[in-house]
Amino acid sequence: MKNLLEINNVIKNYGDFRALNDVSIHIPKGSVYGLLGPNGAGKTSLIRIINQITMADSGSIFLDGAPLAPKHTADIGYLPEERGLYKSMKVGEQALYLAQLKGLSKSEAKKRLKYWFEKFDISAWWGKKIEELSKGMAQKVQFIVTVMHNPKLLIFDEPFSGFDPINAQLIAKEILQLRDEGATIIFSTHRMESVEEMCDDIALINKSNKILDGKLSDIKREFRTNTFQVGLNTTNQKEVEEQLKANFKVFPADFKLLGKELTMNVKLGEKDSANDLLSFLTNRGEVQHFVELIPSANDIFIQAVNKNN
Amino acid sequence: MSKLNLIIQREFIAKVRNKSFIVMTFLSPLILVGMGALVFFLMKKNDEKVKEIVYVDHSGLFSKEDFRNTETLHYQDFTVLGVEETKKKVEAGNHYGALIIPKQDSLEILAKLIEFYSKDSPGMSVMNTLENKIEQKLRNNKLNNFGIDIDKINASRIQSDIKMYNFSGEESSKLINGLKIGVGAIAGYMLMMFVMIYGTSVMRSVIEEKTSRIIEVIVSSVKPFQLMLGKIIGNASAGLLQFFIWGILLFIISTVATSVFGVDMVEMQTSKLPAEQLQAAKQAAGGDKMQLIIQEILRLPILKMFLLFIFYFLGGYMLYSSLFAAVGAAVDNETDTQQFMLPIMLPLILGVYVGFATVINDPHGPISVAFSYIPLTSPIVMLMRVPFGVSWYELAISMALLLITFIFMVWLAAKIYRVGILMYGKKPTYKDLYKWLKYKG
Repeated sequence: MKNLLEINNVIKNYGDFRALNDVSIHIPKGSVYGLLGPNGAGKTSLIRIINQITMADSGSIFLDGAPLAPKHTADIGYLPEERGLYKSMKVGEQALYLAQLKGLSKSEAKKRLKYWFEKFDISAWWGKKIEELSKGMAQKVQFIVTVMHNPKLLIFDEPFSGFDPINAQLIAKEILQLRDEGATIIFSTHRMESVEEMCDDIALINKSNKILDGKLSDIKREFRTNTFQVGLNTTNQKEVEEQLKANFKVFPADFKLLGKELTMNVKLGEKDSANDLLSFLTNRGEVQHFVELIPSANDIFIQAVNKNN
Repeated sequence: MSKLNLIIQREFIAKVRNKSFIVMTFLSPLILVGMGALVFFLMKKNDEKVKEIVYVDHSGLFSKEDFRNTETLHYQDFTVLGVEETKKKVEAGNHYGALIIPKQDSLEILAKLIEFYSKDSPGMSVMNTLENKIEQKLRNNKLNNFGIDIDKINASRIQSDIKMYNFSGEESSKLINGLKIGVGAIAGYMLMMFVMIYGTSVMRSVIEEKTSRIIEVIVSSVKPFQLMLGKIIGNASAGLLQFFIWGILLFIISTVATSVFGVDMVEMQTSKLPAEQLQAAKQAAGGDKMQLIIQEILRLPILKMFLLFIFYFLGGYMLYSSLFAAVGAAVDNETDTQQFMLPIMLPLILGVYVGFATVINDPHGPISVAFSYIPLTSPIVMLMRVPFGVSWYELAISMALLLITFIFMVWLAAKIYRVGILMYGKKPTYKDLYKWLKYKG
């Protein structure tokens, strides 16, 4: 079985409003899967359906080859965007309670909690109430509660919000380690730099429809524009620029170099290859900078959504 | 352990550990008894002050025998001083009041001409005592005028005590009827209090989970219906524990209070009754009557009453608290609950009022029967009717209706609950709730 989670043709309506329209997503086992989309696109609806908090009106969902069923709640860990714990309950008791709801025995839950509390160096908080902790501290507890039952599928909705950069990095490291240990991770966020950093695959949802999905590298290839950043040391800048404009599409540079080089963005035509441009340049001066402009996740997001709208 | 058990346990512990629960449980019986004792003590102190009443009797009808001193009222004959002088003395504040009885041949006219002067308005009980004295004296005089012997009249007094039977051979009396009313009223009232206290406690617990946003984590592990049910049962268990402790504490405290301070609890509760009536009741309760009461209590269908009490108590509580849970799920904070609370409170309060107004007069009248069928009021009204004996077919109809409504309402509430717990922001209207009912899954 290559995919841990297969979502096929899911439709979900709230009254007259269609929240998900025929959405299909396949999430490979052991991947970090980015679930992206503007606010209100339908991500949370999809996540709630995976968690069996609500049910799809139609469509099918398979987890590890089996149709999604109530027993699967023990195989899923969910960190919702809106965090929350019982404010007046003690940290330890609360974690034990939530672990038992996920199907762990009390003794097993205690053992695992001890491991995680020591790992995060927060054993001293065991007897404290949540309302006595800072927001960041409570977030750590919530992260532990999400992962402690070693679920096959972890769903993180904006996992870094509320963390300072150091703790955010700690959490990112933990997430990647969980993946390395075999967990599959769905990662929903608006922070595109963390998508670049962590995701192997992504799906983009806009206005209740999936508009894009696949390997991030494949999507980037698809979205490449054959545009290169060019920096050239030449004595005759004016003339070279004119010649470039005659042969290629040329845009003003979106980058800066240290010297006084001629800088510009050059888009190749359908039939041109990178080597054509490169030999053109080497004949006219010393090439200082030659980089293909690879679209960022951010660019892809904006482009795809705008196009869809 | 099953998830439902875990939830019940958590709800129970969260409720019981709450400081306000502990304070309420242990303090309120003390406060209740303390307040009662205080009121009793103050009343006693209030009465202890002897009131001096002076009288001027120009009619010559009354003798010293008629104005015998009691514990709280002392009388003095000021006839020789004359009306004006006596009034002055009272006005100077030396005496509580002056009773002026003028000279008049016709007893009827005399009865209207007697006056009482006092610096401050006299208490009701003082005036009642004086009026009783005068009425009795004048009536006796009149009877004498008719040539009727008062002793004969007294001797002719007969008290009738009709024994009441129904055809299943149960004997009853007025006294036991009073007892039945008492038992039914207490049961109905207790149910209302329980629903109000612990139903709103369920609602608050739902709102807390919503505002702290833990709800989404919980429902990713358990079904919303399980969570709702666990809450309802957990809170009810805490409530039953609290009622149980109250019962024990009240018993202990009243025993201690009785023995240590000499406060008679029975006297405390009946002290509002006029002394004569109390005397009569005490006499009636003495001897044979007491035994009769015990016999009659034993003859009440106690097991049936107990089982029905449990059924209606649980049915009523579950029905209402699931509605409270739905309200809690629909709103974001407690202030928004008002508009949805009214339709829930209304039948509850109606049940108690209808119960007190109709069941006491006629436990089998059409109104009491109808309200003991209507599911939202039936738990309270039927509990009040049960001690009077309700036929099996009536019980069957009422119980079946309650059960069907209960299942329907829980289903309805669960639907609203399931959608509501994940809805934030806008305060929902009834129209929104109706829309939620149609959401699938």
